[in-house]
Amino acid sequence: MTLHMTKTQKVLRFMGNNTVPILFLIICAFGIPLSGYSANYLVSEVIVRIARNSFLIVSLLIPILAGMGLNFGMTLGAMAGQIGLIFISDWGIAGIPGMLLAMIISTPISIILGWWCGKILNMAKGREMVTSYIIGFFMNGIYQMIVLYGMGAIIPIRSNALVLPRGYGIRNTVNLIGIRKSLDNLLTVRLFGIPIPLVTFAVIALLCLFVLWFKKTKLGQDMRAVGQDMEVARAAGIRVEHTRIISIIISTVFAGYGMILYLQNIGTLNTYNSHMQIGMFSVAALLVGGATVAKANIRNVFLGVILFHLMFIVSPMAGKNLIGQAQLGEYFRVFVSYGVITISLVLYEVRKKRDRGLAGLVLAAEQEETV
Amino acid sequence: MNENEVPLLEMRHISKDFFGNQVLSDINFALKKGEILGLVGENGAGKSTLMKILFGMDEIHQTGGYGGDVLINGQKVQFASPIDALAAGIGMVHQEFSLLPDFTATENILLNREPLKYTWLSEVFGERMNILDRSEMEEISKRAIARLNVPLDSEMVVSQMPVGHKQFTEIARELSKESTSVTEGIKLLVLDEPTAVLSEQEADSLLHAMRKLSETGIAIIFITHRLQEILDVCDTIMVMRDGKIIKTVPAEGVVITDIARWMVGRDVNTAQRQAREFDYENKPVILSLENLWVDMPGEVVRNVNLNVHQGEILGIGGMAGQGKLGIPNGAMGLFPAGGKITFEGKQIELNNPRNFLNAGMAFVSEDRRGVGLLLDETLEWNISFTAMQVQEKYLKKYLGGAIKWRDQDAIEAETSNYVKQMEIRCTSTKQKAKELSGGNQQKVCLAKAFAVAPKLLFVSEPTRGIDIGAKSLVLKALRKYNEESGTTIIMISSELEELRAICDRIAIISDGKVFGILPATTDSAQFGLLMVGQTSALQEGGSV
Amino acid sequence: MTIEKLTSSVKGMVTSFGLPRVIIALFLLVLFILAPFVGVNVGTSLSDTLNRFGMNAVMVLAMVPMIHSGCGLNFGLPLGIIAGLLGATISLQVNIPGPTSFVLAILFATPFAVILGWGYGQLLNKVKGGEMMIATYVGFSSVAFMCIMWLLLPFSNPTMVWGYSGTGLRTTISVEGYYLHVLNDFLSIRLSDHLLIPTGMILFFALLAFIIWAFLHTKTGTAMTAVGSNPVFARASGINVDKIRTLSVVMSTWLGAMGILVYQQSFGFIQLYMGPFYMALPAVSAILIGGASVNKASILNVVVGTFLFQGIVTMTPSVMNSMIHTDMSEVIRIVVSNGMILYALTRKTEAVR
Repeated sequence: MTLHMTKTQKVLRFMGNNTVPILFLIICAFGIPLSGYSANYLVSEVIVRIARNSFLIVSLLIPILAGMGLNFGMTLGAMAGQIGLIFISDWGIAGIPGMLLAMIISTPISIILGWWCGKILNMAKGREMVTSYIIGFFMNGIYQMIVLYGMGAIIPIRSNALVLPRGYGIRNTVNLIGIRKSLDNLLTVRLFGIPIPLVTFAVIALLCLFVLWFKKTKLGQDMRAVGQDMEVARAAGIRVEHTRIISIIISTVFAGYGMILYLQNIGTLNTYNSHMQIGMFSVAALLVGGATVAKANIRNVFLGVILFHLMFIVSPMAGKNLIGQAQLGEYFRVFVSYGVITISLVLYEVRKKRDRGLAGLVLAAEQEETV
Repeated sequence: MNENEVPLLEMRHISKDFFGNQVLSDINFALKKGEILGLVGENGAGKSTLMKILFGMDEIHQTGGYGGDVLINGQKVQFASPIDALAAGIGMVHQEFSLLPDFTATENILLNREPLKYTWLSEVFGERMNILDRSEMEEISKRAIARLNVPLDSEMVVSQMPVGHKQFTEIARELSKESTSVTEGIKLLVLDEPTAVLSEQEADSLLHAMRKLSETGIAIIFITHRLQEILDVCDTIMVMRDGKIIKTVPAEGVVITDIARWMVGRDVNTAQRQAREFDYENKPVILSLENLWVDMPGEVVRNVNLNVHQGEILGIGGMAGQGKLGIPNGAMGLFPAGGKITFEGKQIELNNPRNFLNAGMAFVSEDRRGVGLLLDETLEWNISFTAMQVQEKYLKKYLGGAIKWRDQDAIEAETSNYVKQMEIRCTSTKQKAKELSGGNQQKVCLAKAFAVAPKLLFVSEPTRGIDIGAKSLVLKALRKYNEESGTTIIMISSELEELRAICDRIAIISDGKVFGILPATTDSAQFGLLMVGQTSALQEGGSV
Repeated sequence: MTIEKLTSSVKGMVTSFGLPRVIIALFLLVLFILAPFVGVNVGTSLSDTLNRFGMNAVMVLAMVPMIHSGCGLNFGLPLGIIAGLLGATISLQVNIPGPTSFVLAILFATPFAVILGWGYGQLLNKVKGGEMMIATYVGFSSVAFMCIMWLLLPFSNPTMVWGYSGTGLRTTISVEGYYLHVLNDFLSIRLSDHLLIPTGMILFFALLAFIIWAFLHTKTGTAMTAVGSNPVFARASGINVDKIRTLSVVMSTWLGAMGILVYQQSFGFIQLYMGPFYMALPAVSAILIGGASVNKASILNVVVGTFLFQGIVTMTPSVMNSMIHTDMSEVIRIVVSNGMILYALTRKTEAVR
């Protein structure tokens, strides 16, 4: 009897700790049959999305390790990546060399932006997330100033395909034909007729290995320490602020690379929109994978990409088949993306409070006994 | 050991003042290799300031340094920061744990001193890209734990440890500091109240460990208020009071009552007693606490039974952490509490400050800045707010009471009245509370409580952190208020002399319980014994 | 001597007011001075600024109660806007033309604002310390949720629903024939061809501002300020902190609903779907520009901030365009407003609590 009780308790606890992924499993379980898509189609779509998105999502892991929450400021890296892509498009450098060059261009920009972002976040301890979120908006303004007004006017851009007819500023969409799928198509195998971009997966695997290895380094250990308690870490002589800034820089640089990887798969750059969306989708996917504001690992990344994008793929069709409006499904998936972030944030805060309250209850009970 | 041997640590003529407030004067002592020194004294006797000087804490440098010399192995030293002190082989274990909850014992013990394995990336990105050498870490931490000789699992995560093991982890961290090219191995260990949170068994094994360490040549400064432990383990006992060393004696042959007397004993003349005859026994009981428990972190109240008589000033004293502060905080409902509180014959529902206030009681918190004041608001707001909210004072009512408008004139009048009456030094009643000095802030807190005209007033640590002049003003104001309005006052303070100055009776709290209640005129040594948890001497006759 | 004194007092003013605010105010001043030289009519600009001030001021006012009670900046403003949108759409569905429809919209919006605000307040009480981030996402998810609802709810007034399908609300709905300009035109004063003062709209804001000002002078209002200033102090004075916080959230949400109605009657359209999505940010930055901080705000902050913010939004396109023939106003608006929020979030003194 008691054993049984603990079993159900265990199940409940598991459900409680994994509310979001379970919710998503249920949504997908309903949505997949409703959409009427074939399994083959779904699997190939999901594989494309894994290749496209996971690098970006992995870039969120390191700030979480350092206790800085979800880095909504990853859009800064995305902007750096996009600037790199604009340059290589202008210079007409295609293929893998083009991608590499774009990454090389993005790196110093990402480092500067990440350093600045980290500095600001150090001034806003305790409210890093909302601050990083506003930083994203703020930098978007600067980015627009540079790309829409500076490029072609101050920064030389020659290609007419890039510059707006008025003579300066980059067009709304940039065709990345030169590097389009150049990494994905480098080496693909077909499994059951589904193309698998081996090289892209290898790159992602390398990044994952790097993250796992990074956790074992001195710097990774310092970040874990800073993430748990800044004061204790400081007392032990760890440079807290410095460590936090490094974590944001790493995240920003990776986000820049991730964005280049993402856009080579898509093939066109939405100059003024691509980066704004990506932060929200990456954060939502990570949370769907069962991560929290304080804890995230590689498993969360992949589970998240799969579940989140399954929902994303099936919901317009499911909406259409259910109500007759594809629009409904599209709104539904937007709602779910934001809803997931909201629920995760609320659960995180509530749990933090409940844990504190629990300690008090235990004490009270002990005292009742002694009285 | 040779008497002429150069002492490991020597302090010569150490003095320190905080902005003219002398907290240490002419401290002299020496500590030999492997010696265990027991350091005792009341709160505020200067123990922690002395240790801060030894460790070169920022607090000391920022307040103008100190006088006198600190010598280590005969060499004069002056540490710029605790990190330097650590490098010189001095370690300290603080009362509050400084541990990371999700790290194992090993990871905590070697925090930021982890042995590393080389990776080529470190050539590019610096040393922090090297990998932790986990097996070496395990070895070092196991070695340190072995020196302590306690059953501590090096791989256990701190958040799952019992309190005692956390304490051991802290000590093991200090012990693991072996000599390297840049730092020296641990030579001197300062333990600040290490047994306060431990069970008896755990405390015993800690004392064993201490003795074992001293045999290996490590000197220990042991700060505690459990006097029996001092006698059990120390070679020398040093008693401090009012920033001076009162006694430094070998532990042999000393009895607890001696230490207690040295700790609290004062020349009777210096205590500014305002003795009065107050016949509380013939007054009705206004407040009674039965089986009160309060879950206030660091000040847990376990089982308090207390009757308070109308019109008296009751003092509540005791060492820090024993639960005296938990009593008013729990009674008011600021921390979870249980048990029974009866005020004027009516039982007061707990855990709701409103009930406490509605019944006609008030509380002046020891945490002035956190609980007592609206730092960003004016004096007017601070003084009038509670009375306005609880008793609807200073309000103009319109539309049959539907609109309760703040009556600015009444608030201003009342505030300037209190400013005058209590000599609050301020530029105007519109000055913000955060701009006042500590003493004046305390007066504002008292005025806030007086404004609700309570029948019973709890005052917690009313003189903490304020200068001597303001202290006596505050105490006088309390006494005057008690005499003029007949309000019963319960005053909680760590300073026994202050309690003896204005109280009629004093209850001493130890381990979350009332350990004894004595008239304020009783000899202070008896209070001292109660405070350190000794009742035997009292029962065996008042020879002290 | 006097110059020294002057510089030191100016310095004092700048530090107390905040450097970014001074820069913004000076920037706006320069724009107004430059305007006549580049051929922009100051009257029109002023008139536009006043109009935009009236349109937005109530939404900025919606920040005040929550800031006062310590709930931080109300990034969840879209929730209040949704209550307003529900009121507006139901009022149009009832289909009584003319100014009555505005009154109806207010009446219908109120219960939604109260219910949504209450629930939102309960949520925020559970997440003390993390309010701002959660408020942002509560706003976003409620907007996304309402997108679904706008499609599904059984509205049928032909001016509102999609013509071809007959169901689902349009993205923008004209309020012409209902409450277009009911406040704008009330007692409006035409000073010249170019300068028109929308008296009614400004009066409406003044009325709401007065109510909030008066409320903050009552017993409950005093308690609200104290809760925001130091919640522990308030608790120790017998205040039910959670209740006061919930009340402030309900007030903010209701003001948000009123704000969007005022906005619509001047703008002429109800904007549904993703329309309310980013409406919180301009309101948040406006009150911060006006001198508020994360936990202190006054009616004066609202007035000054809305005027400065909307002044910049109106003046930059016209003046900049005439000067350099480029419309950089959007970029400037983004940088100024988000820069201001960043500034407020990183103030150490304001992060004490």
